[in-house]
Amino acid sequence: MSKSNERRAGKLHGIWALTNRELKKWYKAPVIFLLSIVQPIIWMGLLGKAMNIGALIPTNIPGVNPGDILEQTLGTSDYFSFMAVGMIAFTALFTTMFSGMSVVWDRRLGFLNKALSTPVSRAVIIFSKVLSATLRSMFQAGLIIVIAVAFGLRFGASFNLLNILGVFAILFLICVGLSSMFIAITIRSTRIETPMAVMNLINLPMMFASNAFFPTKFMPEWLQTIAKYNPLTYTIDAVRQLLIFNTDWVQLAIDFMYVAVFAFIVATIGIVLSWRFLSK
Amino acid sequence: MNNEVIKAEGLTKVFNKSLVAVDHVNFNIRKGEIFGFLGPNGAGKTTTINMLITILKPTEGTASVLGYDIVKNAEEVRSSIGLVPQEYTADEDLTGLENVLLCADLYGIPRNIAKERAMDLLKLVELTDFKDKKVQIYSGGMRRRLELACGLINRPKVLFLDEPTLGLDVQTRAATWDYIRRLKKEFGMTLFMTTHYLEEADALCDRIAIIDHGKIVVIGSPEELKHSLGGDLITLAIKENEDVSGLIQKVEHVKEVRKEDKVYRIKAEIGEITTPLIIEALRRNGYTVMRLSLTEPTLNEVYLEYTGRSMRDAEESREAFFAQRMTMRRARGR
Repeated sequence: MSKSNERRAGKLHGIWALTNRELKKWYKAPVIFLLSIVQPIIWMGLLGKAMNIGALIPTNIPGVNPGDILEQTLGTSDYFSFMAVGMIAFTALFTTMFSGMSVVWDRRLGFLNKALSTPVSRAVIIFSKVLSATLRSMFQAGLIIVIAVAFGLRFGASFNLLNILGVFAILFLICVGLSSMFIAITIRSTRIETPMAVMNLINLPMMFASNAFFPTKFMPEWLQTIAKYNPLTYTIDAVRQLLIFNTDWVQLAIDFMYVAVFAFIVATIGIVLSWRFLSK
Repeated sequence: MNNEVIKAEGLTKVFNKSLVAVDHVNFNIRKGEIFGFLGPNGAGKTTTINMLITILKPTEGTASVLGYDIVKNAEEVRSSIGLVPQEYTADEDLTGLENVLLCADLYGIPRNIAKERAMDLLKLVELTDFKDKKVQIYSGGMRRRLELACGLINRPKVLFLDEPTLGLDVQTRAATWDYIRRLKKEFGMTLFMTTHYLEEADALCDRIAIIDHGKIVVIGSPEELKHSLGGDLITLAIKENEDVSGLIQKVEHVKEVRKEDKVYRIKAEIGEITTPLIIEALRRNGYTVMRLSLTEPTLNEVYLEYTGRSMRDAEESREAFFAQRMTMRRARGR
């Protein structure tokens, strides 16, 4: 064993190996993979079809057309389409969080220490976590879109296939931001219960204080204020603009900008915090 | 040529500004040496290892591995060392070969070279037949061997082993010792290991440091340490009835003679040399030795002498305990 290293490893070596390690746990385990497909179908069926708000509006009143009322309040005449987009964000949010959880196990089972003793850079260890969580969330979200279409999602008048790319772009931004934030939290905990508690605290309020299932303009004022700063509101609006609304390009640009700035700031803070933890 | 592979000077780690885990530790490890770190739970063994493998930064003091400073040249240290951690870090869902290749990726070793090396290493640790099986089905011993293969993928000059035989049965432990000896003999590798098992340290290590409360209390070869306790015990009986204590006392190296009934208990510095001298002296004076036994102090006694007898489990951190429990559970196959 003479020469120790054939080549100086590049700064980013190992990123794909570590990302793929995370992803393999998911796509190589048939049960988990199947469940992750079945789960959104159930959500869609239960939430999307059970809460048919359109049916609440009586049809026998002359001059009242339920479709028009929904069009005015939701921006689309079909509540299912409206909430299906909310589901896309919902899924992205949850998948991001739960993927980040694996870092607790890596720490407990010694893999993190093992990786830290190799020349892989600390940044790569964090990036690979963020990247795998993001890729997984985007796949899940893509799946939701397919399922939603199968369940009868109505595309907006200005929809074309390129819009799908836009959807993935905004989801990528929000997932990178959220997963960096969650990894900074989970990497500090030695018990799985801690990040679970934190996520439960953040997840649902974040979901309901947004326009995911209900338009914000009918919310009480204080909640509207929260929703106005909630990055999910902008993500969901962007996806709606792209998929089911008649695209308002100005609004879409604002959405993208807001989410991009949020993702950039949060990802930077998250990655710096994780970095500092790993090189203490 | 500098023969010192690892050198620690006043190495100190303080957690949370109050808990002194490692307290101004000094030691040198020479090339091709198996160096054992012994100590009770919570004595600072793993903290020391973690500093040397650049996972933790020392609060004070310095250390170098292969001449590289563990803080300033951490990158160089990392690429020239290997680690066999206490825990089973291999991924259960991946095969043995995939796990070794993952380790190779972490070192940035190109795929074609990595494959070749992985096959060689799997052969070395006798896992060739299982290389395409998922680690899930591996026994504790196989997992440990796989960790060893992973730790060797970058052809390290120094290998760190943290409790390499924790939770293994006697056979597997013996086999692991053989691998460790081969690494030293065939590759001239320097090995740094921590262990709880005294017979393991005695059988494997060229030199041992006993660490307690973050401080090294004694350092030396197993032989030296054992002799430091004041020597071996020779027990003998002679045919004649006279008291020969005075005669024995005059023999070189004899430190203390006690007569209990007809049996003499003799403390001597180097038993192997002193025993023939005693027999010789007795015979020259016309006495016949009937029974004789020589007992050397074991490392057990050395250890207890230096660390005391109180139990240390309370000091063990929860995290370390959990890691150990997980390891045990995995070893048992759950």
